[in-house]
Amino acid sequence: MKEKSKYLKPEYLENRELSWMQFNKRILAEAKDKNILLFERIKFLSITASNLDEFFMIRIASLMDMVHAGYRKEDIAGMTPEEQLAEIVPEAKAFMAEQYKTLNRALLPQLEKAGLKLIEHHEDLSEKQAEFVDEYFSRDVYPVLTPMAVDSSRPFPLIQNKTLNIGALIQDKKKADVVDIATVQVPGVLPRIVEIPSEKEGEKAIILLEEVIERNLDKLFLNYTILSAHPYRVMRNADLTIDEDDAADLLKEIQKQIKKRQWGEVIRLEVADTMDKRLQKKLMEQLNVDEEYLYKIKGPLDLTFLMKAYGIDGFDDYKLPKYIPQTVPGYDREKGIFEQIAEHDILLHHPYYEFTPVIDFISQAANDRNVLAIKQTLYRVSGNSPIVASLARAAENGKQVTVLVELKARFDEENNIGWAKMLEKAGCHVIYGLVGLKTHSKIALVVRKEEDGIRRYVHLGTGNYNDVTAKLYTDMGLLTCNDAIGEDATAVFNMLSGYSEPPAWNKLMVAPIWLKDQFITLINRETENAKKGKKARIVAKMNSLCDPMIIEALYKASAAGVEIDLIVRGICCLKTGIPGISENIKVRSIVGNFLEHARIFYFYNDGFEDVYMGSADWMPRNLDKRVEITFPVEDEDLKQQVMDILRIQLADTLKAYILQPNSREYEKQDLRGLKKIGAQDTFCEQALAKAEERKKNKIERTFEPVMAKGLS
Amino acid sequence: MAVKTFAVIDVGATHVSMKIFEITSKKGYRQIDYVSNIIELGSDTYADGYVSQESVEQLCDILKRFVRKMREYGATDYKAYATGAIREAKNNMMILDLLKLQTGIKVEILSNSEHRFLMYKGLAIKTLNFDTIVEKNTAIVDIGGGTIQISLMNNGRLTLTQNIAIDALRVRERLKSFHFNQDRMERVMEEFIENEIDTFENYYLGDKEIKNVIAIGDEMSGMIQIVPELQIKDHLNEKQLDAIVEKLLHLSPVELASEYKIPFERATLLLPAAMIYGVFLRHAKADMIWTPMVDLCDGMIVDELEKTKNISFERNFADDVRSAVRHMAKRYHCDRGHNANVAQISCKIFDKTKKIHGLKDKNRLQLEIAALLHDCGKFINMNSASKNSYAIIMSTEIMGLSHKEREEVANVIRYNSSYFPDYREVRDELGAGDYMTIAKLTAILRIANAMDRSHKQKASDYHIVVKNKQLIITIDTLSDLTLERGLFDNKAKFFEQVYGIKPVLKQKRSI
Repeated sequence: MKEKSKYLKPEYLENRELSWMQFNKRILAEAKDKNILLFERIKFLSITASNLDEFFMIRIASLMDMVHAGYRKEDIAGMTPEEQLAEIVPEAKAFMAEQYKTLNRALLPQLEKAGLKLIEHHEDLSEKQAEFVDEYFSRDVYPVLTPMAVDSSRPFPLIQNKTLNIGALIQDKKKADVVDIATVQVPGVLPRIVEIPSEKEGEKAIILLEEVIERNLDKLFLNYTILSAHPYRVMRNADLTIDEDDAADLLKEIQKQIKKRQWGEVIRLEVADTMDKRLQKKLMEQLNVDEEYLYKIKGPLDLTFLMKAYGIDGFDDYKLPKYIPQTVPGYDREKGIFEQIAEHDILLHHPYYEFTPVIDFISQAANDRNVLAIKQTLYRVSGNSPIVASLARAAENGKQVTVLVELKARFDEENNIGWAKMLEKAGCHVIYGLVGLKTHSKIALVVRKEEDGIRRYVHLGTGNYNDVTAKLYTDMGLLTCNDAIGEDATAVFNMLSGYSEPPAWNKLMVAPIWLKDQFITLINRETENAKKGKKARIVAKMNSLCDPMIIEALYKASAAGVEIDLIVRGICCLKTGIPGISENIKVRSIVGNFLEHARIFYFYNDGFEDVYMGSADWMPRNLDKRVEITFPVEDEDLKQQVMDILRIQLADTLKAYILQPNSREYEKQDLRGLKKIGAQDTFCEQALAKAEERKKNKIERTFEPVMAKGLS
Repeated sequence: MAVKTFAVIDVGATHVSMKIFEITSKKGYRQIDYVSNIIELGSDTYADGYVSQESVEQLCDILKRFVRKMREYGATDYKAYATGAIREAKNNMMILDLLKLQTGIKVEILSNSEHRFLMYKGLAIKTLNFDTIVEKNTAIVDIGGGTIQISLMNNGRLTLTQNIAIDALRVRERLKSFHFNQDRMERVMEEFIENEIDTFENYYLGDKEIKNVIAIGDEMSGMIQIVPELQIKDHLNEKQLDAIVEKLLHLSPVELASEYKIPFERATLLLPAAMIYGVFLRHAKADMIWTPMVDLCDGMIVDELEKTKNISFERNFADDVRSAVRHMAKRYHCDRGHNANVAQISCKIFDKTKKIHGLKDKNRLQLEIAALLHDCGKFINMNSASKNSYAIIMSTEIMGLSHKEREEVANVIRYNSSYFPDYREVRDELGAGDYMTIAKLTAILRIANAMDRSHKQKASDYHIVVKNKQLIITIDTLSDLTLERGLFDNKAKFFEQVYGIKPVLKQKRSI
């Protein structure tokens, strides 16, 4: 191990989990923001809940594993796993309390005012409603329920991870002294939200499925009296593999521990805070849960139902109008895409502009007589992906199609295997990536035989080839037929197919081997320039920043006087405003309606500005354990466009949270004296304005062809 | 514009590679793809003489993938060559057959001198400053394919090539069996290499001073890869080479492999290779080693383009062969004037009888070489010179000629002045085609040689024409041609047997 640099003292760095908690807090702040439309706010609250679930399952579970394994290595901020847990768990509890405060005090009353009433307790149903609910129960719910009573002869059943359940204390009608517990799973196949007849004109009433079941519980346990019944939910660390972010030596450590320890232990038990104490105690006993893993909830469990509530018809005044991605400037669907790329590179900025050029790229390649081969990486695709269909068609048309399918995409494995098999059947050559390396790069290559020889067309992107998420995630892409990039793209696929690595790259920066060094070289170049008294500047946008080597390089750059602006959506282990270390670094995080997802890197380079985009965050896992591509934007116009995007994001005053100096907290700017700018809104407006302009031009062209000719 | 894609495949000792080129008459050629797989065929062959079944299967898989890759570019034409590892494997014919059947790829075996000559071609065309470098005395050191090849260049031309059977793979394999401890191993290795290079120096270098060393071969790129801090581009000096050796001494192949992402098998070869270059650099008194990145594929495409005449290169590679042959002739004190004269006449007859003999350009070069070397055996013994010439040629490598081609040359020389055997007598030694090539070339050489029997180059000007089933050679000279004429008639008989036309010698005395 190298000696710790003076820039990497633990106090200069933030623990990544605590930084992540801050990220979720920023989303919660959006849910609390009165300036935001009501239904958008419930959506944000729902996102915080699903985020937190994932955080528990991946990160907290992983930390618990470390503690169990007796692993005591400190993280970059100098905290042992035990110390981290000791801070995170209370934070998580406080956070959950805040979620429910927001729900109960702000959102539910306002929803009622807006005409959507959630009946929280079945006891509050009107007679008419109760009748409706009971009928719904016996007709639709009852048949899919599996009630389980627990007594000396029947053990407590395995409660599945993340499922919602109802626990009940039941008393044998014949033997009054016998009190048992019973449990029934709230079926996932039925909608959580049940719409019921409303008592009020112009109001919609809903109730949650667990309340419907609770009300009718006696129908499930006929020989018993229900003493009390309450929902609960467990989260386990069962069937989890070790998170790839953690050290390899840890993996060995844990493998040793696996045998000693029972898997699938409960790491979080959520119960309604009104739950009967006796029932709670029995559940804790059965699930083998200590007090510290118990989370008492003041309201409905599992807030992800709010996303479904968002989808309830109507309430349009409380929802943002759906944004429709606009036609990409410089791209004409009427013309062949290859001819257009041959004329000039095409820049894509989703979701402000359409994803269609990417779909057309593969689709036209599949039908183009001159196309010889298509190669593409696929990481997460949509359920009914037009890209997958095009690839299959291409193979059927006799093209050489190679598809790299990443099976390790978190939570998506099954889905991936299905269409991978389909592609194979169609005659595609499907490869499954490199051992030990997740293929995270987003690249598509089309080889076309043209009159003057082979020409390669390449799409490079920051986001997945997923037409659905392209409407929700902000991502960048580039379509080009630059020879140097084409050669590199070929080399990337050669590498992914198991051939030896190329000796050098022309334009692309590729992880795992080269990318980190190149980023550091680019940062150091700014440092050198600053030292020479030249202007030096870095602007970088990404999802997460936690690679210590990169942070060290950034601190050095800041110390040398490089002006650094970072736009980091999520985790940021770097701290700003440390005297002599990071005074010249500013970090902002943008939380908007679209999920910020693009990675863009700008270096002033003594006036010869460099702009890169890519798939990699500045995280060890991206730089060391994945195949990632970062590519330059060289076309002068497009470079300016990308730089404008960064400028607008840096000018955002509405949705940007600023990391406070030497702290982990983020705060929005004080708007006094500042122009109100929202980056995402600005991009939408710009795209719409351009579309308008285009329409106008078209009309002018139709009516005044002579004039148009003269003007242009 | 006609565009052609062409694939070249190199089945080497440590890797199998393919390059795909696009050839256009206007823009020349460009590489459009390059793939390479590590596969240690060499360690199979050098360990027990056979390429293992496992390796053959692996090779099949790789070639199948190559075929798929060729389809990606619509490339149907290709050339696939195997070198030392397959050439020396006892089961090589079985391997080639298996490859053909399983993958459809026809792999041909290159002899060492063809292999090296292709490397040389690639080097000469791909290295930008090649012509400038080789103006001074230059040694090209090519480590790979199971041996080191040292080729010397003088005034821009090849003069000598010598193969030495040490290379990284063999050094490693041989020393492995000794079980030395590590630092002792290195000393033994160095001594071993030093000794071989000394011998070469004594016999071939003489007092010639080498000014430039060009290093080619697979291990060079690996050596450069482990010292990124030195930022080596196209050459390295002794200090840098020492730094590489120093690093190699301190890092195990395992560490090399993990730290610099060099395949493990290859990592084990770096130290012996670096030592060989080091020893050579010290002996050569050069200040640096040029390290152009050239591989066999680069040579294969140059060779292909040369053959198909798609693109013409400034450098005429046949001249390199001639130059090397001339230096060889000099080594054996051949009569330069006579030989050059015989070569000139031979080639003229060859050209004039093209329609009759149906031979190729390569055969013309063989004939020329035979003429230039036809009496080198006299160096050993004036009597039975032809036998000795045959022996010398059979044991001297001639850059650019395959073993078979060289054997043909040796036979042409042997039968130049001795009885030409019946086919039945030699058919076990020679294939049918070879017999006729030898016969045709011998017939020409005999006549040409007869025309300068006196070694006095009496025929300063001559004219050759084929007319009425006669090859009429008119010599314009005032000298007496009795000696030549006597021998000529004797040799003409054999010529007539072979070609069905009768050579006639006429003299013209112009003043």
